[in-house]
Parts: sequence; structure tokens; C-alpha cells
Amino acid sequence: MYSASDLKKGLKIEIDGAPWQITEFEFCKPGKGTALYRCRMKNMITGIGMEKTYRPTDKIDEPNIEEREMYYSYFDGQNYVFSDPTTYEEMTVDPAVLGDKAYFLIEESLCNFVIYNDEPIEISLPTFIEKEIVETEPGVRGDTATNVTKPAKIDNGYEIQVPLFINQGDIVKIDTRTGAYAERVSKA
Amino acid sequence: MSTQTLLRNLRTRSALLRAVRDFFYAGEFLEIETPVKIPAPAPEEYIESVTAGQGEFLRTSPELAMKELLSLGVEKMFQIGSAFRAGEFGRKHREEFTILEYYASGWDYRQLADFTARMMQFAAEKILGKSDFVFDGRHFDMACVEYITVDEAFRKYAGVSAFEADKDNSFDEVMVLKVEPNLGKEGITFLCDYPAARASLSRLSRSNPLVAERWEVYVGGIELGNAFGELTDAVEQRRRFKEALAFRASCGMLPYPEPEAFYAALDRGLPDSSGCAIGFDRLTMLLTDSNDISLVRFG
Repeated sequence: MYSASDLKKGLKIEIDGAPWQITEFEFCKPGKGTALYRCRMKNMITGIGMEKTYRPTDKIDEPNIEEREMYYSYFDGQNYVFSDPTTYEEMTVDPAVLGDKAYFLIEESLCNFVIYNDEPIEISLPTFIEKEIVETEPGVRGDTATNVTKPAKIDNGYEIQVPLFINQGDIVKIDTRTGAYAERVSKA
Repeated sequence: MSTQTLLRNLRTRSALLRAVRDFFYAGEFLEIETPVKIPAPAPEEYIESVTAGQGEFLRTSPELAMKELLSLGVEKMFQIGSAFRAGEFGRKHREEFTILEYYASGWDYRQLADFTARMMQFAAEKILGKSDFVFDGRHFDMACVEYITVDEAFRKYAGVSAFEADKDNSFDEVMVLKVEPNLGKEGITFLCDYPAARASLSRLSRSNPLVAERWEVYVGGIELGNAFGELTDAVEQRRRFKEALAFRASCGMLPYPEPEAFYAALDRGLPDSSGCAIGFDRLTMLLTDSNDISLVRFG
């Protein structure tokens, strides 16, 4: 249990069986009135935001949340399977939790898991991964502009926007947080 | 925060201290000092005292001591000094802050409001050379003064009666979330006539006993101060303090001893008077366009 005075930006709390993270916090106190702890928060599963105000006597539930590192092992045909780097204990992850991030999974790469009541709710991949471009229009030599782009596909079929000078067979760096092209690593 | 910003604001703060003192001295107010370490804070429901060793407290305001001086015959006085409120920390709050508190015998609470508006206008003109200024990207003018009752404000900005909100225990939430952001939009707003249940140390209005002679003053949605037409009835004041002490005990809050010296002052007789406490740091925030108290105080 948390008391209202524990509330602060970044704190994770539980409301009606869902985990929320406080994104903005303000201590308010009208004149002779009670102190009020004003919070904006984000649902850690749905991403929905809301505002809630607490009084000093309020008690707030603490979510059963743990963070740990797991490395990606394999796809079992339905789910993604990750393993604990020390115990090798496996955890299966529904593709819905990963969304487009599934395209950037690389075997053996360490990912950061946020686990709520034993279920992963957020998985952060290594920020940058390298992938080969397997399909794109031929590059325009000498055109180093990065603000003009064209579509390109990586090995698993995921399509990204790349600058015109990128060729099939080039290795590029992708930002896994946004799914966007970051830079060219090497030429074909 | 840059050191330069802080130092610039501390210079303005110094000029503001001087301007405020000039204003009170010109009005023939006596500048006084009363103890910071006291045997008993005012018994209030929601103001937490910082303890200072065995049976002593740091004052949450100099109110009781200044009223003792009123009862001893000091007619007009002011004080600028530190006050302490445990657990208050935020953009507009610090446990230790600077309070500007003043009392005038024979003045009613409306007279004190006019005087307070003139003091703030004088301060702005001394510091900025004019009564208007920009705070947090918005324009304000200390010469623009509005009076609104608490009930009018609740109905206008929240669509509920202040008396209903008080009864269903939502008064503070409605005040903070709906009402306060609308107060002092162009200049100074005096929020007047609190429901009698929130009279605190003020007397009830003679023309309408449902409300108390109490106002709070706002600029830019920021509460700058609180004022009372002072309650002088010793029996009623004891009753309210006992009620507040009982409430504190029922919530398991820090117990406060009864303020015996203040009771003695009430028995001696308090003159008809009005008094106000202004958060000096917040007034400095407004006049330096600082949106956090840490920008206008050292340490």
C-alpha cells in the first residue's frame, strides 16, 4: 500500500486491478483546506490517460510489477518465447504484446520486460538493431538527402521508409522504439 | 535553474520587501516580531505543525501571537517572517516559507481587502514601474480588482453551490480543480464570504450568518493570502478550537496543546479588527514571472 504522500511522478500504482503510471504530479492545498495530490496518469496496458486527485488519508494499491531482462529465443508458431539469461526459464509472449516490435526481434538479444501479475505488459528491445534491406528501388547515387524517402523491405517483410541512396543488400540501423530507419551501417 | 535567475529574483525580492515595508510604515503600522518557536500552534484541521523538540512547535503562522498584541492595545501592526507547515512541498509550497501578516483594529474585512489591493498595486509599481505585468505567459494588472463571493464563484465556475459542496465533502476538490483556475484572471480577485462551516478564526457575517467574514486573495489562479474579520467571541473561539482538536484526534493527527496565552487574550478582550496573511514568496513569484517557488527563495 502507498499513502498519498508517496505519490510522485513516475510512480506505478494499481487502480481497480489495472496498473497505472503517474506522468504528472502536483501538490495542491487550498487555503485552510485539505492537501490534495493531483495526478495525471497513464494506463500501462492500454495507454489511456486520466486525472485523479487524492487526499492525504487515501491509501493506494501497489501493483505487483517487476522488471527483468529476458533474451529472445524462438517463435513457436503462435507465440514468441523468451528465456531468462541465468535460469533459462522460458516465458511465452502473445504477439499482441509486441505489436510491430516482433519484426525487430533478433535471437539471443536481451530485452527489458515489465511484468504485471506474471504477465508481460511492456517489452523494450535493444534500441537499435541492424537489418539487411532485401527489396527496394535502386539507389540514387550521390543523393545524400535524408528527407526524401522511398519504401524498402527487410528480411521478414516489414516495410520502412529509407533515403533514396539506400540499395538492396545494404545493412541499415532501425530504431525499435519507433520502427523508423536511423542510419546506413554498410553498403551492399 | 540558473544561479543568475535566482540572484536576479533575490534582488527583486529584496526590493519587494522594502516596498512592502515602506507601504506599511506609511500607513503607520508597527513592524513587530513574535516567536517562531511556540508552545501551541493554532488548532486547525488541515495545517500541520513542525515540532521543535519537547512540547514545542514551529509556528504555522504568527496569528495567535499577533492577536495577543491586539488585545494588549497594538492597533495596527505587520510582521514578515518564516512560518512552517509540515508536509507541504510543491511548485507553490515549501515547509518553510515567508509570511507577511498584518492586523488593523477598527477595520472591517472589506476595508482590509481594499488596503491589500493598494499594497499589491504599490508593490508592483515600485518593482516594475507599472501595475501590469506578465506571469506564466499571461497578462495581469494589479489595478484590476474583482470581488466575488465563494458561492457565486462555485456556481459560476463549477455549477454547484458552495454550501452543497461543503456538505458533501467535495469543497476542496471543486475549489482546486474548477474554481481556483478562474480566479485573478485579469488582476486581483477577492474570494469572499466562506460558508460558515469554513469560518476558521473569522466571525460570521452580521447580515448573513450563513457565511463568514473571510476572504482569500488570488492573482493568476494563485492563492496569495487569507483574511478574517476577526472572531472576538471567546466562547465561540474556544468551541471551534475544541472541535478542531477533536477532529485532529479522530484522524490520528499530531495532537496540539490548547493555546492558553491566546485564550487569555480573548478573555482580556480582542478589539473589532481584521487581519490578513500573505504568502510573500508567492507574491514574489508573480512579480518575477517565476512559476516555481524555488526560483524566488534561497535554500
